[in-house]
Amino acid sequence: MELKVSDLSVARGGVPVLSGVSFDVAEGQALVLRGANGIGKTTLLRTLAGLQPALSGNVDFPEDTGAYASHTDGIKTQLTVTENLAFWADVHGADLPDRVFKTFDLEDLRTRLAGTLSAGQKRRVGLARLGVIGRKVLFLDEPTVSLDAFSVKMFASWLRDEHLAQGGIAVIATHIDLGLDLPELELAPFRAAADAGGGSDEAFL
Amino acid sequence: MIALLRRDLALAVRAGGGFGLGLAFFLIVVVLVPFGVGPEAELLTRIAPGILWVAALLAALLSLDRIFALDFEDGSLPLLATSPLPLEGVALVKGIAHWVTTGLPLTLAAPVLGFLLNLAPSAYLWLLLSLALGTPALSMIGTFGAALTVGLRRGGLLMSLLVLPLYIPTLIFGAEAVRRGADGLDPSTSLLMLAGITLGSFALLPFAASLALRVNLR
Repeated sequence: MELKVSDLSVARGGVPVLSGVSFDVAEGQALVLRGANGIGKTTLLRTLAGLQPALSGNVDFPEDTGAYASHTDGIKTQLTVTENLAFWADVHGADLPDRVFKTFDLEDLRTRLAGTLSAGQKRRVGLARLGVIGRKVLFLDEPTVSLDAFSVKMFASWLRDEHLAQGGIAVIATHIDLGLDLPELELAPFRAAADAGGGSDEAFL
Repeated sequence: MIALLRRDLALAVRAGGGFGLGLAFFLIVVVLVPFGVGPEAELLTRIAPGILWVAALLAALLSLDRIFALDFEDGSLPLLATSPLPLEGVALVKGIAHWVTTGLPLTLAAPVLGFLLNLAPSAYLWLLLSLALGTPALSMIGTFGAALTVGLRRGGLLMSLLVLPLYIPTLIFGAEAVRRGADGLDPSTSLLMLAGITLGSFALLPFAASLALRVNLR
């Protein structure tokens, strides 16, 4: 299994933001995307995950193995932590493993309504979702937002010891150091030229 | 898909889920009409089928914008779109969940409210039947409208404008079935048309809704 991205161009709202992005991520490897705000990290991740079409280029990884996680967690505030995770496990046809509560330090929060959690705790539930859905290729957009240093470490060790160690792949956009010594890709050189074709007509189509 | 249906139904009955909203609206409209129209029993009998159907339609409309908007806001929708569930299936389940939480209670409550409007005795069965056949179409058409406008700020009004014209055939045949039933005529043509609209919308609109969702998620 491998994630291959070749000569990918992506657009946001019809305006090309990145062009000619190419990289490979092998099994058990992760790639960290770096770049200033607005460079197109989120757009690139959404394109990789298949939520929006690419302007050109190819994204290649085994079908039905990708998962996307963004700033919003998809956590229902009226459901308990367990119900939320059980739902996502169910949707992906997986079981809810008990150890995921331990891994993400949610043991004491199992029966709490997600609406009563703090931002960081909610984020941990959102990350725990990645642990229950059993997807191999993860596209993570700022996974550590609102996490404290301890939780960041917890997430990093899950990523290394459970996800990547079992042959997973991850592409992560983040501004902080996860402390994992992962290869990085600086996106600034791929910035699309302001008048790159296709964009300006979009509004009239 | 069963998991999604179960979750949506669980959400609907919990705090802030809006389960009783449509039903309460239906009740209020039907209770208010006799006060507005006056106490002429004959007049009420004549307008009862139309009032009940219009009120049911508006009650269904009331909760449509929640179908996808909440999932869009908390980020569930892109996650569902990248999950193994086909988006067509998601739209279908959303339509079914909307019907179970609004259309079904409306159908069951309608005979009781028909009593308040002095509905002709022979029409009760047809009222129940026409609503049971017609309200699923309201939910599915509404799901399509909600998919078209998901992500728009204040998309509710635009959605109503889009959806109401599509509701008109259902309304015409629904009210007509009850009226014919009340007059002792054979309502089967209208009921067949209602069933046709419902089946057609369940067969086609999930595909249209999923396309609309895909465009809106970009």
